[in-house]
Amino acid sequence: MACASPPKSGDELAGLAAGSAQEREAARQILADLPLRLFLEELLIPYETDEVTRLIVDSHDAATFAPVSSLSVGEFRDWLLGDEATPEVLVALAPGLTPEMVAAVSKLMRVQDLILVASKVEVVTRFRTTLGLRGRFSTRLQPNHPTDDPRGILASTLDGLMFGCGDAVIGINPALDSVDSCVGLLRLLDDFRQRTGVPTQSCVLTHVTNTLEAMARGAPVDLVFQSVAGTQDANSGFGIDLALLDTAHAAALELRRGEELAGGFGDNVMYFETGQGSALSANAHHGVDQGTLEARAYAVARRYRPLLVNTVVGFIGPEYLYDGKQIIRAGLEDHFCGKLLGLPMGCDICYTNHAEADGDDTDTLLTLLGAAGVTFIMGVPGADDIMLNYQSTSFHDAWYLRRMFDRPPAPEFAAWLETVGLSRDGGLTLPGQAQLRELMGTAGLGR
Amino acid sequence: MTDPPQPGDLTPWASLKEFTDARIALGRAGTSMPTRELLKFNAAHAAARDAVHVAADFEALAESLQTAGEVVLHVHSRAADRAEYLRRPDLGRTLAPESLAELEGQPPADVVIVVADGLSAGALAHVGPLLALLLPELRGAGLSVGPVVLARQARVALGDGVALAVGAKLVLVLIGERPGLSSPDSLGAYLTYAPQIQTRDSARNCVSNIRPAGLGVRGAAWRLAHLIRQALRRELSGVALKDEGGEPPGDFAPLPHS
Repeated sequence: MACASPPKSGDELAGLAAGSAQEREAARQILADLPLRLFLEELLIPYETDEVTRLIVDSHDAATFAPVSSLSVGEFRDWLLGDEATPEVLVALAPGLTPEMVAAVSKLMRVQDLILVASKVEVVTRFRTTLGLRGRFSTRLQPNHPTDDPRGILASTLDGLMFGCGDAVIGINPALDSVDSCVGLLRLLDDFRQRTGVPTQSCVLTHVTNTLEAMARGAPVDLVFQSVAGTQDANSGFGIDLALLDTAHAAALELRRGEELAGGFGDNVMYFETGQGSALSANAHHGVDQGTLEARAYAVARRYRPLLVNTVVGFIGPEYLYDGKQIIRAGLEDHFCGKLLGLPMGCDICYTNHAEADGDDTDTLLTLLGAAGVTFIMGVPGADDIMLNYQSTSFHDAWYLRRMFDRPPAPEFAAWLETVGLSRDGGLTLPGQAQLRELMGTAGLGR
Repeated sequence: MTDPPQPGDLTPWASLKEFTDARIALGRAGTSMPTRELLKFNAAHAAARDAVHVAADFEALAESLQTAGEVVLHVHSRAADRAEYLRRPDLGRTLAPESLAELEGQPPADVVIVVADGLSAGALAHVGPLLALLLPELRGAGLSVGPVVLARQARVALGDGVALAVGAKLVLVLIGERPGLSSPDSLGAYLTYAPQIQTRDSARNCVSNIRPAGLGVRGAAWRLAHLIRQALRRELSGVALKDEGGEPPGDFAPLPHS
C-alpha cells in the first residue's frame, strides 16, 4: 500500500515510501490485482490492539458491499468511473466500503479520476442550514484572533458575513484553551447569531473534554469539535477514544439545538478535523502510509454522522507534504476517500510558510476541489490567519469558486443574504448605509 | 457621469480595522482581491519565506553575549542544511557527533540556555534583549547558569541532548517560531526540567509569540524567570506547572521612560 502511494515526504520520513519510481509502479500493479475483500481478511493494524480497526470491521455492512465484493482494486477503479456507479449507487455503497478499500483504489487513480468519482457523490447534512446539496457549496467563517478579543473576532465575522461567508459554520480556533474562555466565545457567537438572525451554527474548536464541560455549564454548544486520527494510539495522543466521542455526541444530540429544515430535523452535531501525517507525527502509524491512515480517520468520523469533516491538508508542514504538488494530491485524495465513505468533506486548502507552496497552489487545489464538488472550504480574512500563522482561503476565494462553478451557499443562508440585502439575485451587493449601521451596531462595533 | 467604484468603495467598513489586525475590509475587484492587497499579501509571504530560509546571524549574537561575559558554544544538529532540516525533523532534534565533543567539560549548572534558529532567523534579534533581562534575574535568585549554546538547524528537542551533555537540571530553548504573514519574527521559549531523550511535549512549558508586536521581552523575561524558579523548586515542568507569573511588577526591569 505504502509503496503504491504517490510520493509524500511523510511516507519517506516513516521509511515506507517506494525506493524508486519503478518500484512504485510495480507496487501499483500488484495492488491493482488484489481482491477488494482481502482488506476484510488481512488487517493492516491488528483487530485486538486497535479500536479503530475493530470499529471498521464490526461496522462493515456485507450486504451493501455485495455488488463490488468480487472486484479487484483495479476493477473497482474501472467500476467507479463507469456508468453503473451512479450517484445513487455510490451513496448506497458507502457502508459496504472500508477506509483501506477506498485508500487502495485512490492510489491507482489520477487526479481527474479522484475528481470525477467524488463529484458524483452527494452527501447532505443538516443543523440550521442544509449542507452538501448538489450544485451548492459552503464556507466555514474562521474569525480567529491572537488573543481571542471579542471585538476583533466580531469584526472578522462581520467582514465574512458581508462577503456572504459562514453558512457551514462560524468556527473559532481559540488562542486560550481554558473552559472559561471557550464558554465566553460560545456565548459571544450565539448572541451574535440570535441578534442578526443569520441561519448558521457556531463552534469553538477546543478539545472535546472542554466542550463537554462547557455543555455541563449550560453553554450554547451547537457542534462538538474534535481532531481525529486513524489509529487508537494517535487518537490517544489527541487525548480521546471512541467512548469519549460517544459521550460527547450523545450530550450534543440531547440539546436539540438544530432546526426543522426542508429535508428533516438538523441532528448532525459533530465537526471533525483530520489531516495526513497526524499519526506519524504522534509516532503511532504502525507502518501504514499516511493516506490510508487518513481514510481510517474517516471511519471514526462517520460513526457520528458529522455535519462537517475538514481535512486540513497543508497545515502540518513539509515533513509530511513537502510542496504544492503533494498538498494538491493529498487534498484530492482526502476529499475522494471521505466522500466515498459517505462524509460531508470540506477542505482547509492551506500552506505554511516553511512549505514549498504559495497562493498559486491553493488556487489550483481550490479550482480542482470546486470541480470535485467539495462540501465546504474555509473563509479567512485575506487568507491570512493571524492566530494560527498559516494561509488558507479567503472570502474572495469563495466567490471565485461560486462564480466559476455557479454554486450558491446553503439555501437557508442564501435566502437570508437576499433578505438582509447582502446579495441580490445571488450576486454580492454593496450593503446600504442603514444596513451597514445596523449590522455593526448589532455586533457592538458601531460608531 | 459618475466615476466607477474603486475596490475599496465596495467594502465600506474600514472602521472595523481598529478592532483586529486581520486582513478585513480589503475591498474587491469584482469579487476578487484588489491589486494593492494582492501585492501586500505577496510581499508578506516573501518576508515569511525569507525568515525561514535566511541563515541565522549567530556571529553577531555570540559577540554581544561574550562581551557581556557569557560563555558561548556553537553546535549543529544532524541536519546538514535547511532542505534536510525541513524534511527530517528527527535529524533536527539530535546533536551532530562533533557537537557533543564541543559540550564536554562544562561545569554542572541549574540552567542551560540553547538558542536555536528554528524556522525564523529574524526572531533571534529578540534573544539578546531577552537574555539581558532574564540572566541577571536568574542569577539574582541564586541559580547557576551554564553556557549559552547557539544551535544551527535545530528543533526544540535538541535542547534535551545539550542539557544531558552539560549536566544541567533544566534547559531553556529559545527558538524561531513558524513564521506567519503578520509575524515573521516571533520567538518561542520552551523550558524542560530534567530533560531526557524522547521527552514528551506535555513535559515542556512554552512561552510563545515573543516579539515587539506580541509579548514584549520584558513580559517574557518575567514569566520565564517565574516558571524556571518554580520548575526547579517543584522539580517538574509541563502541564503540571501553570504559567501564573502574570504581568511584571513596576520595579522589574523598568522601561527607561516609565
